Amino acid sequence: MTDETDLIVVGGGPAGVEAALAASERGLSVRLVDEAPQAGGQVYRAPPRAFGAKSQQKADRLGVALRDRLCASTVQTHFDHIVWSVSPGYRIDALGPNGAVSWRARAVIAATGAQERVVPFPGWTLPGVTGLAGATIMLKSQGMLPGGLTLVAGQGPLLLAVAMGILKAGGKLAAVVDLASQAEWLADWPAIASRPDLAWRGLSWQMALRRAGVPMLYRHAIREAEAKGDQLLVTLGPVDAGGAPIAGPEREFLVDAVTVGNGLTAATDITRLLRAGHRFEALRGGWVPERDEDFRTTLSGLYVAGDGAGIAGAAAAAIDGRLAALAVAHDLGRLSDETYQRLTMPLRRKARKAKRFGTAMAKLMALRPAQVAAIAAGTIVCRCEDVTRGEICAAVREGARGVNQVKAWTRCGMGPCQGRICGDIIGQLVTGTGNARVEAGYFTGRTPFRPLPLDELAPPIAYGDLQLPPPAPL
Amino acid sequence: MSADFDIAIIGAGAMGATTALHLARGGMRVALIDRGEICREASGVNAGTLTLHMTRAALIPYAMKGRELWLTAEQWLGRDVGARSAPGFSLAFTEAEEEMLVKRAAARSAMGAPIRLISPAEACAIDPGINPAIRAAAFCALDGHVTAYLTGRAYRQALTAAGVTMVEKIPVSAIEQQGSGYLIHGTCGTRLSAKRIVLAGGVWLESMLAMLGLRAAVKCLINQLVITERMRPVMRSVVGIANGLLSLKQFENGSVLIGGGWQGRGDPIRGGVEPIPDNLIGNIRLARHAIPALGETRVVRIWLGLESETADAMPMIGPLPGMEGAYVIGCVHSGYTSAPYMGQLLAELILGGEPEMPLFDPARLIENTASSVRTVA
Ligand SMILES: Cc1cc2nc3c(=O)[nH]c(=O)nc-3n(C[C@H](O)[C@H](O)[C@H](O)COP(=O)(O)OP(=O)(O)OC[C@H]3O[C@@H](n4cnc5c(N)ncnc54)[C@H](O)[C@@H]3O)c2cc1C
Ligand SMILES: Cc1cc2nc3c(=O)[nH]c(=O)nc-3n(C[C@H](O)[C@H](O)[C@H](O)COP(=O)(O)OP(=O)(O)OC[C@H]3O[C@@H](n4cnc5c(N)ncnc54)[C@H](O)[C@@H]3O)c2cc1C
Repeated sequence: MTDETDLIVVGGGPAGVEAALAASERGLSVRLVDEAPQAGGQVYRAPPRAFGAKSQQKADRLGVALRDRLCASTVQTHFDHIVWSVSPGYRIDALGPNGAVSWRARAVIAATGAQERVVPFPGWTLPGVTGLAGATIMLKSQGMLPGGLTLVAGQGPLLLAVAMGILKAGGKLAAVVDLASQAEWLADWPAIASRPDLAWRGLSWQMALRRAGVPMLYRHAIREAEAKGDQLLVTLGPVDAGGAPIAGPEREFLVDAVTVGNGLTAATDITRLLRAGHRFEALRGGWVPERDEDFRTTLSGLYVAGDGAGIAGAAAAAIDGRLAALAVAHDLGRLSDETYQRLTMPLRRKARKAKRFGTAMAKLMALRPAQVAAIAAGTIVCRCEDVTRGEICAAVREGARGVNQVKAWTRCGMGPCQGRICGDIIGQLVTGTGNARVEAGYFTGRTPFRPLPLDELAPPIAYGDLQLPPPAPL
Repeated sequence: MSADFDIAIIGAGAMGATTALHLARGGMRVALIDRGEICREASGVNAGTLTLHMTRAALIPYAMKGRELWLTAEQWLGRDVGARSAPGFSLAFTEAEEEMLVKRAAARSAMGAPIRLISPAEACAIDPGINPAIRAAAFCALDGHVTAYLTGRAYRQALTAAGVTMVEKIPVSAIEQQGSGYLIHGTCGTRLSAKRIVLAGGVWLESMLAMLGLRAAVKCLINQLVITERMRPVMRSVVGIANGLLSLKQFENGSVLIGGGWQGRGDPIRGGVEPIPDNLIGNIRLARHAIPALGETRVVRIWLGLESETADAMPMIGPLPGMEGAYVIGCVHSGYTSAPYMGQLLAELILGGEPEMPLFDPARLIENTASSVRTVA
């Protein structure tokens, strides 16, 4: 089954859904594919249908509206489908409830969002320690709390969002530990205030947390976490503006769970696989696809939108998605230059405004190099393969210059997550010896984009039905 | 004018790196140049199978020497590259495959490979992971595998210790004959001179030879490999099938590597870009047919590497015709297995000795297109 559409959008978050809708409004035939059971992405993640309950929260209402608009459109949706390969031309291969499928399309928009980054500390791989972003998924899709008494740590807007989510769901918070100072939040206030609704929400959350008596520690980070029976003993300490630990009083908390995160990185599996150009932008989540202002990548027919094009937040993602879709319609000859200009102008204005806010958030989420430099030699950096910082630096000392060579020599990034979690940290560690981050490069993109059950990818068939190429020479 | 080096080796795969190592140990001042990092192409991404079941019959004696060298790498290279000895099988599932199996096993044993036919029951007793539905099996006690991604690390350490000058991330763009030696041009205006040169460019040999005005067709195979996540022990041998389209092994860490030369897309310019989904699924189906328990695991990564082949599918190792002090090494089928030996043979020749086994005269494949040396854009 390889019937061709004009466009396939990979990812059903705000960027992907708006892209699919905008393209279908221009008369393009569109498929939207997502591994989740429903549209919404991370920010508007839907609770399972069985939960049924109508929620009053704004994000939930927006999510419902998004899904309703998608239902009413001509977009063909394929949820519960993991896209595992994209080939030029374009062919999309996915694994769904009924096995392997593939579709063809003249253009592809990769709207695959972001993934979590955690700066490793001793104990970050213990059970009971989860990521901030992972915690938001659990809260939103399952209504599940990370644990009993929870310590929330890290940086960026997710910190407050998760803390608030836990409080609202009836959970208990031990402390909220922010790498940033209060002054840093205020420094970006003008940009943050460009979205009064969100700024107001952020402020009201901080006040709610204080009212609930939750200790808020700024310019602090976790030094280490240690298992104590079923609980975790967490040591916190002060850090400087660069994120490096500094002398000062340390504090200990005995908690049931820790959720910690240091911002997001762009999910660039598709553009890396197809060898599109990428550039390093620390403020947009590390390596991001090179693109023009209409979201064309360096490859014809391949577009990006949303956090996958560089971290900018949900509001910007929705506008980006529309802009990318219009670029597709234009490039496929379905939109005159004139109409294209007319339709994109107001969007560009909105995009600039959304970007201001997104950039302020991204700044708060950006990796702090001194924090990475301070990771102890014995700390595990690649959790899939248990590779420590010391092993990574030893490979660099022996002459490995790029992240891919370091990976070959140590196995870091070779496990099921394929460096999606640790890749940015490893790049920073390799750079720590003086090479520029750009020279260290990024992990080569390969299929599959997610670990694939072999049984579903290649169900058993009769041996005689196997199509074998000609034999190798004797 | 005196040359910077006695010899420059261009291409730091297993062929070039082994040659460089032995030349340096033989007393020469050696530069080893690569456009990327050491052993990141075929020599770092290959399946690492040491099997004689898949080696071209004529190359069996070389492969047996190479296998032995990998297994003793700690002694001569200074570091284990994860080389392990394991029993090896070639299987047949159909009557036609059985016929091919018998014929191929005979041809390879005639060249000295200790391959013998055994019953399906005996094969399954040696490795209970094998599908009992096989019709026939060929067995070889001399088999095994190497963890190819560790190759560069081991070689780099040994080369540095032997005093080889490593020049990485510098693509050679032109080679000029200069007096009785060569001037090698890299990117960004880098240059070095050497009295002699060895071209060891793997699949890029065709364009490297062209830099000297020599023409030889080098075919580029784009081999696909699949690695699974760690799983319980499901096999203990190296498994292939009669037609050579499968190579299968489980590493100590529990991951299983599936190969067999199924082709993907790519070329020498862009590298091994992407799998062809139908080939991928075919390769995996074949693997799980041979070892049914593979159905339990998940695929974590699929990649492609480039393998070189000459017009007659035999190696190109020896002096270049009509060029003083210029040599080539490459295009060896199952070339990872034999690289430690092939490099040693070429080094013996260059150092003025008589190689232990015959080399593979490149002259049969090469056409000289110009009397003066040319550069390639
Ligand atoms: C785990 C997580 C939690 C977050 N929580 C919040 C939050 O609470 N509040 C907030 O403001 N921001 C949150 N963010 C940031 C937020 O996601 C973005 O700012 C915004 O949603 C970007 O939209 P997007 O469409 O680019 O990406 P996303 O909304 O992330 O959507 C990408 C979609 O693509 C799908 N996808 C990706 N790869 C594939 C594939 N190979 N095959 C099939 N489908 C695929 C994913 O399942 C996902 O549905 C979170 C980010 C992450 C990673
Ligand atoms: C996927 C795959 C699986 C394989 N499986 C097996 C197996 O199981 N068993 C086995 O025995 N063999 C196997 N092989 C074959 C084996 O890998 C090769 O025969 C062997 O590694 C070739 O070594 P080489 O040094 O000639 O080439 P390479 O390792 O490719 O080295 C050539 C080097 O030349 C460099 N170079 C190219 N152009 C330039 C330039 N202009 N300037 C400077 N440097 C340059 C390249 O960067 C490269 O490092 C496999 C091959 C592949 C691709």
